[in-house]
Amino acid sequence: MAEREQIRKSPSEKAEVEVDDAPATSEKGEKLKAELDDLLDEIDEVLETNAEDFVRSFVQKGGQ
Amino acid sequence: MAIQKICGIETEYGIVLRGTDDPNPIAASSVLINSYLHELERRSASAGAAPKVGWDFEDEQPGTDARGFSPLGAMAPEVETHLVNAVLTNGARYYVDHAHPECSTPECSDARSVVVFDRAAERILQTSMDAARRLLPAGQEIVVYKNNSDGKGNSYGCHENYLMDRAVPFGRIVSHVTPHFITRQIFCGAGKVGCEAGLGPDEVPFQISQRADFFEEEVGLETTLKRPIVNTRDEPHADAQKYRRLHVIIGDANLSEVATFLKVGTTALVLAMIEDEFLPREFAFASPVGALRRVSYDLTLRQPIALADGATVTALEVQWELFTRARKYADDVGLACVGEQVGNEVLRRWEAVLNGLESDPSALAGQLDWVAKHRLVDAYRERHGLEWGDARLAALDLQYHDLRPDRSLAARVGLERLTTDDEVERAMTEPPPDTRAYFRGKCLQKYATDVVAANWDSLVFDIGEEPLRRVPMMEPTRGTAAHVGSLIAASETSAELLERLGS
Repeated sequence: MAEREQIRKSPSEKAEVEVDDAPATSEKGEKLKAELDDLLDEIDEVLETNAEDFVRSFVQKGGQ
Repeated sequence: MAIQKICGIETEYGIVLRGTDDPNPIAASSVLINSYLHELERRSASAGAAPKVGWDFEDEQPGTDARGFSPLGAMAPEVETHLVNAVLTNGARYYVDHAHPECSTPECSDARSVVVFDRAAERILQTSMDAARRLLPAGQEIVVYKNNSDGKGNSYGCHENYLMDRAVPFGRIVSHVTPHFITRQIFCGAGKVGCEAGLGPDEVPFQISQRADFFEEEVGLETTLKRPIVNTRDEPHADAQKYRRLHVIIGDANLSEVATFLKVGTTALVLAMIEDEFLPREFAFASPVGALRRVSYDLTLRQPIALADGATVTALEVQWELFTRARKYADDVGLACVGEQVGNEVLRRWEAVLNGLESDPSALAGQLDWVAKHRLVDAYRERHGLEWGDARLAALDLQYHDLRPDRSLAARVGLERLTTDDEVERAMTEPPPDTRAYFRGKCLQKYATDVVAANWDSLVFDIGEEPLRRVPMMEPTRGTAAHVGSLIAASETSAELLERLGS
């Protein structure tokens, strides 16, 4: 169990590091959000046009 | 010492035939696979090799010799002809099963190899869709989905197989692998909008696993109803005196390569530790089926799960303990049975993913399917102000798994790759060099017209003399490039090969 405790320390160590890094983290958060926005814009063009019909007609036979 | 964990994945794909009022999924699956075989014939027309070989259902074999190969002339196997059931030159099997197209990877020597061949299977399905489009009437299209449920209570599987030592008591496997199967979904779940076990979107808006809703038993033989967490199918497709094939039916089909790698890699390690009696503690859950669903429904990963002795654990705690033991196993015993290099990579990624899940799961959106899907669906929901029961979210879920490159959402969320396009392309037709699949695949490449049937543990040749000749392959680790590569290279004809194998 000693090893496990040792491993489980790492998240709290990391948490401390994150506090120091706060500005960089929020910058990173902004970047991620921008990427996600771009992704949502992009998928809008490939999404099934009639979601309701698509979902209703997607019926599969049970398998294994 | 644990035996080498030869492994593979068999995936049943969802299938839709668009542009018709009568979409028969069995017929559509047949058209899909036949279109692929037709395409292979067309491509290889100049080479003269048409690898259209039937599956051989004869599965009972006498023992084997030390090399694993002993041509027997006395048996005349029957060749199955009425089902679409093909064996490919990469050693895979491609067939219709339960109204779904199914592709089984060849036997692989480690988790990374499984990822490559699972990817190759996706490419085979994509090529099949393209080929079918050219053959179907205008306006019709077959679309394939790599998922495990239609959102209406119908499920289809993605099974894993692992070679195990027959000497290990099955009860020990069950008690130690069950906690892994209940908790590993936190990194290998494919994610699902909603619930198919009676709870509404208010209770379960999104869950970690595709399959958890469909499991009702702890142990059993069934695969299509009352599915058990541990399946007892005992069909080793190998020397039954020495081996067991653990048939794992609980997993989700993954689009993320990291998730497939971890699913197979951690399970192979856990099974190796079970063989070597390296897991001291059993996590006996008070209700394994209930625990499986609780874990799937808990996106916080923080909910305590009741153990039979009254204590509680979280899924993360179980995984941390298994990981910790695995790292000690690597130090004390070594990782030869799962591949030294691959085993170390599994440990590195296992630890990183557990740390990520503990501190900030959303940071794993580039690695884990359920996180990637949840992030996408939730962002879409917020942007459009939708309720969780909205059909548009269910549509996003399904389309995540659409295998058409121009439609797939999984292909757009930035999942990390472990493979290269080149190696995946090659794996569509080339077998792995380090299992018996090499022998199967190379014989199909070189002696296509003489191989009249194949299955996991034998090949049947027609060398122009009666009767047909069956070559048993009862040792999954034999028949590799190292064992038979030069024999095959030196044999111009299958008759020569059989002579050399028999000598």
